[in-house]
Amino acid sequence: MNVWLILIAAGLLTYIIRLSFILTYNYFTMPGWLQKALRFVPPAVLSAIILPEVFMMDGDLAFTLSNERIFAALASVLVAWKFRSVVLTVVTGMVVLYLARYLL
Amino acid sequence: MSQTGRTKEFITGMQDEMPILFGVIPFGMIYGALALDAGLSPVEAQSMSWIIFGGSAQFISTQLFEVGAPGFVIIFTAAVVNLRHALYSASVAPYLQKLSSRWKFILAYLLTDEAYAVAINRYYREHDPVCCSQYYFLGAGLLLWTSWQLSTLAGILLGTVVPESLSLDFSLALIFIALMIPLLKDKPSLASAISAGITALFTFSLPYKLGLILAAMVGVIVGMILESRT
Repeated sequence: MNVWLILIAAGLLTYIIRLSFILTYNYFTMPGWLQKALRFVPPAVLSAIILPEVFMMDGDLAFTLSNERIFAALASVLVAWKFRSVVLTVVTGMVVLYLARYLL
Repeated sequence: MSQTGRTKEFITGMQDEMPILFGVIPFGMIYGALALDAGLSPVEAQSMSWIIFGGSAQFISTQLFEVGAPGFVIIFTAAVVNLRHALYSASVAPYLQKLSSRWKFILAYLLTDEAYAVAINRYYREHDPVCCSQYYFLGAGLLLWTSWQLSTLAGILLGTVVPESLSLDFSLALIFIALMIPLLKDKPSLASAISAGITALFTFSLPYKLGLILAAMVGVIVGMILESRT
């Protein structure tokens, strides 16, 4: 199949998925339970993205001291909780990541 | 709706999106370089970045192009990898309902993981958006879009110049931490995050990022059960 056809079809499907609820929201009433459920989408999705980034190394779970990402993540959770600053959280996490890598 | 309110929202959206670029730019460069290695032409490689506009789907499609997978397999795979965006779509839909269709078409195009994570924080902070929060979303989304196009181009032209040992990709996880923590205001949302995260670890080997969708659903269900009990 032509590369362009593949790209356009994949792009269109992606766009339809992104547009789905945004465009149709006004045309049906979302049941109450679903509206309540939506509140949990952001924390659930973000956590589901974060934890594998921290704990998976080369496709395996790595709950070990040699996994410096764990220390970086813990430090950034503390900073995020205490200071509510994205920049400070990222900087702290990266500094801890590099430090742990050279110290451990 | 004052002009200044719109401009301010737009600029704030861009500012809040900015830290994400540390993770996104190397990612875009790696994509650009890999796409050429996989045999795509520079124009095709660049075009995928605005036609699909989604890092994970682009990486997987690139791999599939390289091994000569049939077209329908590539299309199907890219779509399934991007299915998680339906969750984001549902999640932002209530906040966009009063906007014109034109706004909806534009913001839907910009609805990626990285823009969603930033924009939904804005909507949660401000329960009854004063005015123009769509400009915030637009600012965040456009900055991300532009960076993604330019970093793809840089990867195509220069290859990857950012050493992998810097682990800049990890900065994305850290930003998501910073964006998630303020959302954990009560026990149900905390339980929702924890259960989703643990599920994601155990479903990580599922293909097409389906583990992520499954994990999000477990998190949502756990949150709802806890909420109904209190």
